[in-house]
Formats: sequence, C-alpha cells, structure tokens
Amino acid sequence: MNFKTPNGMSRRHFMRHLAGASALTGSALAMGHTLNAHAGELKRNQKAAILLWMGGGPSTIDMWDMKPGAKTSGPFKPISTNGNVEICEHLPLMAKNMDKMSIVRSMSTREADHGRGRYYMHTGYIPDPTMTHPSYGSVIAHELAKSRASLDIPPFVSVGGGSEGPGFLGMAWAPFSVNANGDVRNLNAGMQPDRLTRRMQALAMMESDFINENRGVAAEEHAKVLDKTLNLMTSQQMQAFRVDQEPQAIRERYGSNNFGRGCLMARRLVQTGVPFVEVNLGGWDNHQNIFDVLQNQRLPVLDQAMSALIEDLNQRGMLENTVVLWMGEFGRTPRINGNNGRDHWARSWSVVVGGGGLTPGIAIGKTNEDGSRVEGDSYSSEDLMSTICKTLGISLETTFINRSGRPMKIANSGKVIDSLIS
Amino acid sequence: MDSKVFLSGPKIIFLELFMEFRVIALLITAFTISVLNADSMAQSDSPDFWQVQRIDELVATVWNDFEIKPSKEAKDAEWCRRLFLDVLGRIPKVDELDRFVSDRSKTKREDLVADLIHGDDYTEEFARNWTTIWTNLLIGRTGGNGRDTMINRAGMQKFLRDSFARNKPFDRFVRELVSASGSTTPGEDDFNGATNFLVDKVNSDKGSLATASTSRLFLGLQVQCTQCHDHPFNDWKQQKYWEMNAFFRQAKAFRGGRRNENAPAKLVDQDFGGERRPRNLNKPPVFFELRNGEMRVAYPVFIDGTPIDPSGYVKVVNRRQELSKLITDSEYFPKAIVNRTWGHFLGYGFTSPIDDLGPHNPPTHPELLGFLGEEFRNSGFDIRELISWIVLSKPYSLSSRIGRGNKSDNPLLGETPKFSRFYLRQMRAEELYESLLAANQGKSSSGDYQQQERLKNRWLQQFSVAFGTDEGDETTTFNGTIPQVLMMFNGELIRNATGGTKGSMVRQLASSNLSYARQIEHLYKAGLSRAPKRSEQQLAQDFLNVYDGNTDEALKDMWWVILNSNEFIFNH
Repeated sequence: MNFKTPNGMSRRHFMRHLAGASALTGSALAMGHTLNAHAGELKRNQKAAILLWMGGGPSTIDMWDMKPGAKTSGPFKPISTNGNVEICEHLPLMAKNMDKMSIVRSMSTREADHGRGRYYMHTGYIPDPTMTHPSYGSVIAHELAKSRASLDIPPFVSVGGGSEGPGFLGMAWAPFSVNANGDVRNLNAGMQPDRLTRRMQALAMMESDFINENRGVAAEEHAKVLDKTLNLMTSQQMQAFRVDQEPQAIRERYGSNNFGRGCLMARRLVQTGVPFVEVNLGGWDNHQNIFDVLQNQRLPVLDQAMSALIEDLNQRGMLENTVVLWMGEFGRTPRINGNNGRDHWARSWSVVVGGGGLTPGIAIGKTNEDGSRVEGDSYSSEDLMSTICKTLGISLETTFINRSGRPMKIANSGKVIDSLIS
Repeated sequence: MDSKVFLSGPKIIFLELFMEFRVIALLITAFTISVLNADSMAQSDSPDFWQVQRIDELVATVWNDFEIKPSKEAKDAEWCRRLFLDVLGRIPKVDELDRFVSDRSKTKREDLVADLIHGDDYTEEFARNWTTIWTNLLIGRTGGNGRDTMINRAGMQKFLRDSFARNKPFDRFVRELVSASGSTTPGEDDFNGATNFLVDKVNSDKGSLATASTSRLFLGLQVQCTQCHDHPFNDWKQQKYWEMNAFFRQAKAFRGGRRNENAPAKLVDQDFGGERRPRNLNKPPVFFELRNGEMRVAYPVFIDGTPIDPSGYVKVVNRRQELSKLITDSEYFPKAIVNRTWGHFLGYGFTSPIDDLGPHNPPTHPELLGFLGEEFRNSGFDIRELISWIVLSKPYSLSSRIGRGNKSDNPLLGETPKFSRFYLRQMRAEELYESLLAANQGKSSSGDYQQQERLKNRWLQQFSVAFGTDEGDETTTFNGTIPQVLMMFNGELIRNATGGTKGSMVRQLASSNLSYARQIEHLYKAGLSRAPKRSEQQLAQDFLNVYDGNTDEALKDMWWVILNSNEFIFNH
C-alpha cells in the first residue's frame, strides 16, 4: 500500500477503503514492499563518496603541505610516502597509503569563520539570506539515489556530526545524523505491523487534509519524511549501522574511538548502497597548544582510521568506485600565535582526495616557502566538487531549480581539476 | 517622520480600505482617549492598543506597496494555540482552550494575553519558556553539558528565571549579563548566574567569542566576520573589532579552587597591562595585524566611536561595566531585541539573519523596527509590554492559510516577509516536550523544577549535534528529520502518552462517562486545539470497529495518529 493518499481519491472513497481494510488481518495488509523486502545484495560498482569532515579547521601546513626550514614550520618533520608526496611524520599509516590518495595543496578560499566556512565548503556557495543551498551530500545523494530504488535507508548519512542541510532540495534529502556506535534510536515500533499500518493510513488522511489547507510547503515535506522513516524502520538494511557486527580485528584496525567506528560504518553503508556518507572528527580549532594536541590527540586517531578505511575499501575492490575526501572548513595560519597555536586561515591550504578513479599519489598545486600564499593556480570548493561529480559520473550540466525558480548549476559551475582526472 | 503622528487624513482612508472593523474601532478609541483622556472606555485599561495600531498600520503599508491582500483572520482556537505556544512554550490544555473559545467578551484576546503574560497562575511557565529561549541564545543547547566546561547550566537558568519572573527591565538584564562577575555555580558565596554567559568566552583567542557574542546578541552586529572578508572598508572594520574586543581584556575566567579541576568556575575582572612586556597599566594597547602584515593598536572604543578611559586598572575603570552601559544606550540595542522578539512570534525578523542589523543588511520594515525600538525604550525596556503589542497585532492574528491575494508573500522563495499570513513553522524541541506534557493531562513530570529541567535536558540531547569547534557552535536535528519522526513514532515520551498506562490521559478518558465521540473530541482538542471533523469522527469509528468496541485500544491509536500529524507539530 502506498502510504500517501493517492491523488484524486476522494475522502469518502478513501474512508471506505480504510473501513474495508481495517477489517482485514495483518497479513493481507503487511506493508507491501517495505517489510523485509530488500535484504538482498545490492549491485556492485555503485558509485559513492565518503567525506571525512574535520570540524574546526585542521592545520594542513602541519600535515599535508609541510614547510621544513620556514620560520613558521612548527616542530614536525616530513616523511616520505609510497606516493609521490611527503607528509607529516605523525601520519605513518597514511604514509603507506599515499599511493591511493592525492593532495590538493592549492586550495584558496575566502571564508575563515567557522559557520561560513562550513557552509561554503559543504555547498560551494557563500551564505545567502534569501535561500539555503543544498549541501554536496544532499546533491550527490539526490543524483545517485535515483537509480537505487531498492535503497530503504537514507542516501545521505552523517556520522557524529551535523553536516549541512538539504536546502531547497527539501527535507527528504537531509543528512540522517547518527552517532558512531550505530545505535539508531527509536527504531522499534513495538506493535504489530497491521496496527502500525492502520495508524499510518489514518495519519496519511490527516496529513493530506492539512496539506490541502494550503499552509505552505513544510506540511508536504513532513509527509515525505514520514514515508522515508517508515521505509527505514522496516528495512534489513539498517544492519549497515551495526559496526559491532564486524570482526574484532577489523574494528581494532579502525580504532576504538568514535571516528574509527564512524569510518567503519561508512564502509558498511557504502557497501549497502548509500551514495554519500560524512564522518565527523572535531577538535581541530587549535588556537592554542596546537602541536601537542595534534601529535598526541588528533593525528593518531585520524591516521589509524583514515588509513584503515582506504585499505579496507581497496582490499574489497570498492575504492575504485568510492571517492574519499578529507577536508575541514579552512586551514590554519602559517604564523604561530602567542599561545603556541594557529588561527583561522583560508587563503592557502590543503585537502586530501582519492578513490573513485581519481589520479592517485600526487600533489596538485603548491604554496610559497612559508605556506602563506598559493603559487600558480588555486582551487575552490566548487572546483573540488565539480571534480568529484565528474568522477562519480554525475553530469556537470545538471541544473537544479531553486524554490523561486532560479536555475542553479551543480557545484556552482566549478572547474574540474584536470590533473585529478586521468 | 514622527512615528506618533498617525491620524492624518489619508491614513484614515487607507485604514478603512485595508483594515477591518476591529482595528478601526481601536483607532477611534485611541483617538477618543488621546483627546478626552477617558478611562471609562472598555479598552482604556489596556495600555497596549495604540502601539498595536501603529504596528498594524506600518505592516499594512507594505501590503499596500506590494499589492498584497492578507489572509483571513485565524480562528479563535488557532490563535489561542499559537499564543500559548509562543508565550508559554506549550499548547493550551482543553479547559484553557474551552474557556477562551466560549468567552463572549469583546476583549477576550487582550484578556488572555494579559493573563498569560501577567497572571500569577502563569508566572512560572512564562519564566520557564523565556528562560529556555534565552538559555539557547546565551549558551546554546549544549552549553554546560560537557565534562570540562566552565558553564553551570543550572546557574545560567536560575539567573534567567529570576529575571523573567520579576520582569526585570531588559536594559538592566543585559547590563547584568555583560558585566557579571562572581561564581557560576548556585550555592557558592559569590554566586552570580549571569556570569555563565561569558565565562567560557573570555579566555581563548583573546576573548573573540565574548566580543562576537555580545555584539551579535545585544547590538545585532556581526563583528566576527570583519577579520576574514575582503571588503573595501576592511581595515576600518578591523580596527572597530579590536576596539570592541579591548572591552573584554580585563575579564578572566578560572576554576575557583586551587588545583581542583572540578571546582566551580568564576568570572572576574583583573587589571590589564597589555599583551607584551613591559606592561602598561595606564594605557595598555591591544595589538592586531592588518592583512598586509602591518601592526596596529586598539584601545576600548565603542562601536559608535565613543571612547572610554583607556586605563587597564579595574579600580579606575571597569571596562565591561562601561561597555554594558554603552550597549543599552545604543540605538542598536532596542532594535536588536525587538527584531529577535518579533522573529520569535512571526517566524521571521525584519532582517535575515536575525542578528545582523549592519548597514549592509537593510531591514524589511525599517519604520516599524525603529518605532518598536523606540517604544520598547519608552516602556522602560519592558519585554512583557513588547510581547503584548506583537501578539495583539493584526499580522499575528492572521490565518496561516495562503490566500488568493498573498501567494507572492513567501519567504521560502527568497522574498522578504510581508507578514500577510502566519508562516507555518515547526515547534521547537522544547515546545514539543512541554506540549506533550500539557496534552497528556497537564501535570508536569514529577520532581522539583531542577529535576524536571534535567529530564527535559537529557531528552533534548538526542537532537543536539556539536560541530567540534572552539566556539562550541551546534545544530539541531529536530527540524523535520527522520530521527525526529522516529522519536514521534516510537520514542518513550510518545509510548508513555499513547500506551494507555495507568494514570495516562488515554486511560482516564477511556474509563470516563463521556461518549466515545466526546472522548475523541477531547483528544482533538488536547492535541490540535480544535474539534474533530465529521470524517475524523468516522475514522475514529473505524478504529473502534477494529477493536470490537474496545475504546481503550481505539483511543490509543487515535492519539498516536494525532500526535504524529503535521497539524500537531506545526505552529500554524
């Protein structure tokens, strides 16, 4: 049974229908396609993207674009890797995986405030009071989920953080936020399916009555999210969130912490067919005491989980279809401040990206000798996103119409970073 | 223009064209009173109406400009529901609703507003709601919940509750927040709950968070962006930023006990001698760097150019105290509070974002914002007065149904709000929580105030997501997402409400003498503040048939359906 009241059906008709239906037993009424219907294997070689979001603005000059000898270099030393790049000595496991990833060292953006930077790096637009833009997660989910009718769980999952919203695409494309231990709260309906079905039918009637009173689009959005929720509640695919079902050795390889579990969950979700997963690691806003925090807290956690994810995806043959993107809202100042920290810096910084068929093992672009300026071409959020869309097979001609009817090109018409597309 | 001159001829004609009888009656009443100073008129003991009239007039001017015809008036019950939600933070109970709807008095709306805002029966709920609203603004939904935070959430709320229960003038309220010193924690000798606003904002990053939050909340100025934008006047703005920042340089927060990491935190003012040696206590400079690398200095100067004594000695000048006075004297202060309060009731402020009143972001209704700011100041910064004017105004009384004449008034399409209808919006998480308590028999959960707040706070945490920055910014997933719907479908709160446990409303209703149809009516009133339609009574009958006449089971289903409906969760 379609949960939404069919268009054109009169209320009287619907009521008769309902009255008849309620007399039936649960089995005849079981919720059609939603009940345990899609436990089966999903197709291989489905494209996906995993965003590792470093909330607070990570110090990329201490990690991916080191400046040994410069006055502002800090205490860390670069080490060689199995790719054609050097990275920080405190990322030894990533050093063994840099043949699969590339570094864009010439990011140059203009938003160095957390909220604005987060919005810009997630959407490709600067904040605009007259409209909310969809985040990349919503956009990619929207484009890739079209061909995945059997996906019951949300196509955009954010683990351990908030991401940015679906903007004018509507709440049906909002990130599904979960915590890293995989407990999705309130999943169990605690009642017989026929009872839930009856309730849903009655609810559908009430929803459409209110929608028909013409009070605005939010009322319709509510009905769509009800639909999605029902799908999810009754799906075997929810097992994808259960990282505790993984063998212990694998869990340990990813790390016994939220970010490690989140990365492992991302792999499971992508395996299940989810096209976009964001995993959050916060704590990068290091205005003080940065080197101690990086060496002893942030970098070990990141190194272990990120390298585990890349190796795992690679071993399962999933990396060639899955883009992994590491970034935060901006970088940090080359200058070390009075509190032994670094402040916000958007003018020259790095992101790490790989998989999905992107050229691996290289550094793209460069910064000057103290890292304070990009030398040569620089890249933006839009460019990065366009490149990822291209490698995922999403047309860069894709255009969305926002609520006021204005056409908006995907990734805000960024230019593809050619050296990443082989 | 003098905003009090409003009885000019053309405007009267205009009003006749665009306003309905109630407003004109008020207008005539106001005129009569202004001339005769008569106090025998029915509405003369309401101090609110002439401001209300002026709001209506200024909003209608914009409708006229855009050729918009407003939606019809909302029904009494709809208006009552939104008033309870917005003023008290919960929907009305059935008896409250019935009393209002059956009231025949011409001043019933004014009476209800007065009751909710000034009535002794509602003081606690009024204070609770505004405490919640301001807690979220001042320290966020997660402030004080972490293990290593200096914020004491209960301390913050105690200060707010006292302030709102006593209707503390808002200028004093803000001065206390900005200049607070003492301990954050109730029970300490020098406890001052107001310290919790700034206690975790003064230490890191040279007090940038204190500078930004204070300017944003109380002046509607977004100074934090001035460091990072390419802008022709950037250097000028950067100077302003650091001059504001200098006001916070005497403030320091620390744990009260020696070597005790869990000791309550304190916020104090200490002599400031500058960032570099040698210290200069008579005129300590604050250094900052221009984009071209040039160093500049700043001393405390208010945003409008007013300097204060640059001494760093607290005894000579307490910088935060000086700042707090400059803020409440500023023209931006009443506008910032009015704009936020208007946004709370009408769904949108006069600017977007609501806390950006800078010159680059002109308000949609400049005259109205100016007028309300001025009147707010004239009222002695009486927030309750301000609330009454807004909720008795025409735009607040309009239906949320979009009419033929105002399809274009749609802020979701990027249009500026014209307030020609009540914009549909979802309840906030706290409103939902309190509404569910109210709808399920009125009694708040057991335990004292602190325990109730703790329970609510724990429930709210499932929807709060932090972004992992030093600024502690956060978001909520309680905005129409799947986790929210899952909670409404299956969460403990709903299970308790619809499970028919002993003492629950459903159980009491089922065992009452009321007919089944009246029981259903009660459910609709409790949840949706209206009687069921005939089709809904039929629906309820269908459920009853499924259970062979067992009303208990049918009521559970119906209550679940009502609580999960869009009509329930939206303020409309």
